[in-house]
Amino acid sequence: MIEIRFHGRGGQGAVTSCEILSMAIIEEGRYAQGFASFGPERRGAPVLAFVRAGDKALKLREQVYEPDIVAVLDPTLLRIVDVTSGLKENGWLILNTKKTLAEHKPKLRSDLNLAVVDATTISMDILHAPIVSVSILGGLVRATGIVELNSLEKPLLKRFGALLARRNKEALMQAYWNTAMA
Amino acid sequence: MPTRTPMEVSIAVAKAVQQADVDVIAAYPITPQTHIVEHLSELVANGELQAHFMNVESEHSAISAMVGAAAAGASTFTATSSQGLALMHEILFIAASLRLPIVMVVANRALSGPISIWNDHSDIMAERDIGWIQVFCETGQEAYDAILHAFRVVRDPNVVLPMVVNIDGFNLTHVIEPIYLFEQEELGDYLPEHRQSLKLDIDHPITMGPVGIPEVYTEAKKQVEDALINSKQVILAAWQEFGRRFGRAYAPIETYRVEDAQILLMTMGVISRTAMGAVDRLRDAGKPVGLIRCRLWRPFPLPEFREAVRQASIIAVIDRHISLGAHSGPVGQEVRSALYTLPNRPQVFDFVLGLGGRDVTVHDFLEIVELAEQYATQGPPESEYTLIGLREV
Repeated sequence: MIEIRFHGRGGQGAVTSCEILSMAIIEEGRYAQGFASFGPERRGAPVLAFVRAGDKALKLREQVYEPDIVAVLDPTLLRIVDVTSGLKENGWLILNTKKTLAEHKPKLRSDLNLAVVDATTISMDILHAPIVSVSILGGLVRATGIVELNSLEKPLLKRFGALLARRNKEALMQAYWNTAMA
Repeated sequence: MPTRTPMEVSIAVAKAVQQADVDVIAAYPITPQTHIVEHLSELVANGELQAHFMNVESEHSAISAMVGAAAAGASTFTATSSQGLALMHEILFIAASLRLPIVMVVANRALSGPISIWNDHSDIMAERDIGWIQVFCETGQEAYDAILHAFRVVRDPNVVLPMVVNIDGFNLTHVIEPIYLFEQEELGDYLPEHRQSLKLDIDHPITMGPVGIPEVYTEAKKQVEDALINSKQVILAAWQEFGRRFGRAYAPIETYRVEDAQILLMTMGVISRTAMGAVDRLRDAGKPVGLIRCRLWRPFPLPEFREAVRQASIIAVIDRHISLGAHSGPVGQEVRSALYTLPNRPQVFDFVLGLGGRDVTVHDFLEIVELAEQYATQGPPESEYTLIGLREV
């Protein structure tokens, strides 16, 4: 079983990230749950979304407390939320940031694996909006290989329709190839 | 072959309603049932479902519209949650008393106050005695299947009663998971056409809903009670037929790893899946713990329940509603009264948790089993129920 926690701000697309990734996992014939920590949705407020994946039917419906992977959609959250809380030893932290690996790595628990991608710039360039739901997935998939890139195509099409899906695919690939890992 | 599709559970529920070919949907939006009727309104607007979609001004109107449409012989569906269900309250009894085959999803959510949009079972537990068939679901697949079962059951000439399908709000309605969807032709005649023999018809006038004077009220109530009790045979047959045709079996009381179990957890709804994870862990540690899950809540499956707990010495009942001023939660009360007349009965301990969206975890179940063992050996707690996870304030 693999558990993933997304940290974002309302409106940035964390719930969409979790929808698309969970759908892609299911498309591969595996089991997954995609769900959010729902509240009265407010733009800009910190939000959580979760994906749980496994090869067998999942006998667990609690929130994710000890994730294998954490993805952070907004770098300003690092100052106000302990994003690595419960993150398993040797787990992956995927950050949307303009800063480099070298700037982030020393501040982290030494066992963690880190991937950084400037998802905001990629989304602004391609989608003309600071919505990083798909570009952060580029970094996450590159770092962890949790799904095949192809498996994301159907969920993207389903979620966005043909035109927007094509642009999001472009953002996904840009992010995928521009992710730095250590 | 059914298609394995990743989708939000609410969308799958709407799909099942579409496949049941309903005639009238009336709904008033309330979180967290909203996605179900939103999707149905899209299906109607797109011409993918030939039904009349009524936007009404309140849940009281929604259920009243259902009563009117069903009385005229239409196949009807609505969905609601929490305050919406509470606002329907007085009409719910009437729908059962008039023997109207309405299907309603309750996306279970806490009742105010304080205001909460999150999941527990307080909404439906306040409506235990309305005379509707009531079932609970644990997964998206079960929710989709349960809608199909519901339309088959309520359309049966031996039932003709309304039915609630309980689907935990957010924790199930809003989850994306794999769901096997049937093609319409695969369903075949599993879903019978909606044909109601008694309905309002100006060519064959009848009276519905007259006064029940003291000389007939008791008998009228007894008839609804008989219909509800007798519906169990039809429900069981619908589940058996579903299992035979499609390979997924359902039962009123379902069990998990109960072989030689001394301690039984008893749950309803989505948290049952987390309880399974806890049972796996306890079994790995050599503890004789099993799980029973109540799928059919009304009519309460008394013989099946008694049979399921026959071998156990302790039952730890989980309640997701606090029955203020009573000595335990509603499920705890039900279980105790179901066992009271038996010469040999297990000890029953009641645990209330997961109120207003408080997450229910594997750890909670481990704690409950530990407490139940402790109560059994060292004497019961002072209070007849235990509130799990209560923080000191």
